[in-house]
Amino acid sequence: MEATGSITRARALRRALFYLFSSIVAIVMFLPFYWSLLTAIKPDEEIFTVPIQWIPTSITFDHFVTAFTTVPFGLYFWNSFVLAVLGVAFNLFFGSLSGYAFAKLKFRLNQPLFRILLAAMMIPGIVTMIPSVYVLQHFPLLGGNNLQGEGGFGLMNTIWGVILPGASGSFAVFFMRQFFVSLPSDMLEVARIEGAGEFRIFWRIYLPLTAPALATLGIFTFQAGWNSFLWPMIVLNDPAKHTIQMGLQAFSYNYQTDFGPMMAGALVAIAPILALFLLLQRYFVQGIAFSGVKG
Amino acid sequence: MSTINKLERHQARTAYLFITPTMLLFIVFTIIPVAMALYLSFTNYDVLSRMDWVGLDNYRRLWGDSLLWLTFRNVLLYAVIFVPLNIVLSFGLGLLVNRVWRGIKLFRTFYYLPTLTSAVAAATVWLWLLHPEFGLVNGLLSYIGITGPAWVAQTETAMLAIVLVTLWQSVGANMIIYLAGLQGVPDHLYESARLDGANRWDMVRYITWPQLRPTTFLVSTMAIIGALQLFDQAFVLTQGGPANVTKTPVYLIYQQGFNQLQMGYASAQAFVLAMAILIFSLINMRVTKAEESVI
Repeated sequence: MEATGSITRARALRRALFYLFSSIVAIVMFLPFYWSLLTAIKPDEEIFTVPIQWIPTSITFDHFVTAFTTVPFGLYFWNSFVLAVLGVAFNLFFGSLSGYAFAKLKFRLNQPLFRILLAAMMIPGIVTMIPSVYVLQHFPLLGGNNLQGEGGFGLMNTIWGVILPGASGSFAVFFMRQFFVSLPSDMLEVARIEGAGEFRIFWRIYLPLTAPALATLGIFTFQAGWNSFLWPMIVLNDPAKHTIQMGLQAFSYNYQTDFGPMMAGALVAIAPILALFLLLQRYFVQGIAFSGVKG
Repeated sequence: MSTINKLERHQARTAYLFITPTMLLFIVFTIIPVAMALYLSFTNYDVLSRMDWVGLDNYRRLWGDSLLWLTFRNVLLYAVIFVPLNIVLSFGLGLLVNRVWRGIKLFRTFYYLPTLTSAVAAATVWLWLLHPEFGLVNGLLSYIGITGPAWVAQTETAMLAIVLVTLWQSVGANMIIYLAGLQGVPDHLYESARLDGANRWDMVRYITWPQLRPTTFLVSTMAIIGALQLFDQAFVLTQGGPANVTKTPVYLIYQQGFNQLQMGYASAQAFVLAMAILIFSLINMRVTKAEESVI
């Protein structure tokens, strides 16, 4: 009796320790969020105080107003949103279209082409960065260029210059192919016998079955598009086309001591992905597990 | 017989049609740029003047380019600090939340939240967290009587600041990868160990850790590849300074190519970096493959 009592007591103690420790870690991980929120909503004189003022005496939205009026954060937000959404649309469509072809259709170059795409995933972005600018700049017949791709700026300084290089990422193709492979092929045969066209079979029968995969891929592509920084910075010169990440970087560089507005801007840059996560949590975790297993 | 042939031909035609957008984008934005990067690295291309073939001049110049090797030393130092900490913390968090107790999902969510932030936003927030006078980190340190350093402004701590940001951003995702690995460790191993009288620590030390060696390897190689491509955080947090101690290879290539417009030479630098990355990608692929065959 006494022995079991001490065992349950030991177990209860272990549980309490676990919750205590896990909570401390959670607080540590969350502190930067709290700290930026705190700074964004407290008046300036409470930002620069020692010791730390953990709870503001009054709440103000002035910093958000300052951030949005000093630089056009609203416009940047919209630009990033457009870029991210278009990136998602292209990757979902092209990725599932070719993923389906590689998974379900027979053609001679199926394996070699897929292998090449896979192998190319190892090429780091830094190698293609400089020549890609050249390619964009010399796109024939676009952006003031002639047929030889000379005379104008091509796709440089346009959103297409940001989107097209990643419009059908190898990861999207690979991810969708894996999902289509796991679906049975007999529906395909039946639909063919009944005379359905190939695109119809893909669009009406198989694609709807991949909704969860599309959701996961869509979320990841959105996050990547929204958070990307270096490539948009290289392509987009026109300040009216800048993204939220570029705007935030410029703000923190140009207004180095305006921490209130700076934190307000950072929160605005983080908020959409946080919202997406809280709404669609399970798809996030699935995606991570996939990328972890497959590298 | 001929109808089958016809059907297969039709199927192949459809397949090629389906993969056309992906393959076109792949050719324009991967194949051509890689070939061009190789070509450019043997020229003195600088956008403005005539492009001339310079043979191995760029590669000879690399040899004596002390700034380039300094950037490699910087990311090596970064990796030496970051990789072990990343593994210990992610593995630890994985162990911590690998149970089905009440509230565990909430803890996982909290640990995962930082991975959602963009590099720019995270670096911006940490710029303020690490503020020498009014920052949270030094504020907390002052509670225990320590005067914190001027993190991003001091040569000794600037890289540490980048390690802190990137750790905060990455342990959550790696925790999920470890969690997937932990759930794949067969139960009977633990049961037989328990019969042999092993305690918790023994089990982690002699069963869990060795069983998860492939996961650890994967997490490490991915972290090293990430370290070699470090840019955003260094750009926002320290601008590569002070005294170039946080300048990374990508940062240098970006400046060489787009600020100084020495695109020929920058391409040669990019190739050297790509080789370094490729080595780790190949190792990574090898191990991932080996792991798949086991599963």
